[in-house]
Amino acid sequence: MSDSSAVKSASTTEPRSVRQGRRGRFRPQHGGLGAWLYLLPALIIYLGFTIYPAVSTFQFSFLDWDGVAPPSWAGTENFVLAVTDPLLARALVNGLLLIVFFTFIPIAVGLLMTALLIGKVSRGTTFYRVVFFLPQVLPLVAVGTTWRWMYSENGMINQFLELVGLDFLTRAWLGDQNFALIALGLIGTWVMSGLCMMLFMSGAQRIDTSLHEAAAIDGAGPFRQFLSVTLPGLRKEISIAGVITTIAALASFDLVFVTTNGGPAGATNVPALLVYRLAFNEGDIGAASALAVVLTVLVVVLVSTIRHLTREDVR
Amino acid sequence: MKQSTLGLALRYGLLSFLAVLVLLPFVGIALAALHPSGSQVSGVALPERWSWENFSLAWEAGGFDDLMRSSLLISGGVVPLTVLFATMAGFALSILNVWGGKVLSLGFVLGLTVPVELLVIALYYNLREVGLTDAYLGVILAEVALFLPFGVYWMQSHFSEVPKELVEAARMDGARDSTVLWRVLMPISLPAVTTLTVLVFMWSWNQFLLVLVMMQDPTMRTAPTGLGLFVGQYGTDIPLLAAASLIVIAPIVVVYLVFQRSFVSGITQGAIKG
Repeated sequence: MSDSSAVKSASTTEPRSVRQGRRGRFRPQHGGLGAWLYLLPALIIYLGFTIYPAVSTFQFSFLDWDGVAPPSWAGTENFVLAVTDPLLARALVNGLLLIVFFTFIPIAVGLLMTALLIGKVSRGTTFYRVVFFLPQVLPLVAVGTTWRWMYSENGMINQFLELVGLDFLTRAWLGDQNFALIALGLIGTWVMSGLCMMLFMSGAQRIDTSLHEAAAIDGAGPFRQFLSVTLPGLRKEISIAGVITTIAALASFDLVFVTTNGGPAGATNVPALLVYRLAFNEGDIGAASALAVVLTVLVVVLVSTIRHLTREDVR
Repeated sequence: MKQSTLGLALRYGLLSFLAVLVLLPFVGIALAALHPSGSQVSGVALPERWSWENFSLAWEAGGFDDLMRSSLLISGGVVPLTVLFATMAGFALSILNVWGGKVLSLGFVLGLTVPVELLVIALYYNLREVGLTDAYLGVILAEVALFLPFGVYWMQSHFSEVPKELVEAARMDGARDSTVLWRVLMPISLPAVTTLTVLVFMWSWNQFLLVLVMMQDPTMRTAPTGLGLFVGQYGTDIPLLAAASLIVIAPIVVVYLVFQRSFVSGITQGAIKG
């Protein structure tokens, strides 16, 4: 510690570190080399284990490589494959479809939960909040094994359908071409709704109570108040919930891996699953990397779009 | 302003209905875990015989001795390193106002949107070269890097909310950087550090893809990753699978119930400041 502070005190005497900013405003003093030492461990690990692999994967995506033999240059071939190959393109589309279940429905359910929890209900609020948020902390693998059984032929879902006389609907949900993706998506809804609620609750508590009072004086009931006071006040939280859940939908892996593993017949293939399979089972590292890059671009584009659509200054 | 009893009943009715929807899978799986191993389980049903031995059977069959040890080793490395390095970096970026800090903060924040999928391929093939696959160190460093963007950002925004006078007063007394951080700032940062600790523990405990790829040796994998493979082997033995799932879920649920407030503040404030 002593040498770092020596470097520090030496650097603060440099005239350069205390100077007038371009606009004539006094700029705060910058820490010297000593300050950098505090940053160094985080920076080295981040560069080595995030930035460097990200750049490497990008480089791999232009290669034809099985991980063993020397790689050869493939140009943009892998990217063309990623968006035109029916299997890979279908996985990307499935990832986008999952957004409906991971993002749109949970935001709606989260808003409903918030509407029910704010206002006059005070008794037991904590209990409901703790319960609603619980699925969010569980390992998705365990969530997957649980729902795998819930959706199975003699699982809880079919048991319920039989109970209410809808026997003709019963099936092995995750094994059904038409329903597997929806069934999978609804697990996402179960996991994500509580997260959305938690974000909205903290947002709703920051809304000025006088706005509610003013609306009440104007004769707005609780429902009307929620629509015209709470909802607009939650713009930022809805945006954030959208960003987090969209990333979770597009990058989902754990859930799919244990519930359907992409089946039946590729109906629930998602990008992450194919990245894993191509890179580590089929030894096509170029294609796997290209798909991972496309996935990342998709995430960045969608996140920026959500941010843009929900920014505060839109009028 | 008075709310009708009917309206209130409707609210509680709906809330309870939603709570049942959330909790039902847990009830189902807990009951399933108590059925005799290998027997058929039809939906929610009380077992004929309460088979508590399933937990030890599943523990044995899944090799949870090894898995839990690996989980603890990995979390035990990831959590302190992430929290320490994030604290130091957050301190450098907010209080020491390090040269180039703006760009670096942005660089860390960018990491928040990078999906693990973009990293695992290169992590595996690059680290294989240097012998860091099938090694705890490799997984630990990779996870630290994965959680640092949030950690740095969290500690940075925490430190920048500390009253400037506090740091200035310490400087007046001739405090060095290290004194400012460990003696002045840390004592008042305990809630922020606790929250970060709890969140990083959860992420590390639940991390799946990274461990699946980097650990080819099954005995070095973590509990959730082991469960992912357990499904393949014992997928048809519902009671055993249910018991194994509960074993994997239990630690994180306990941590959640104890540190519930930290989880909530971390996830909500952490997200909203961004």
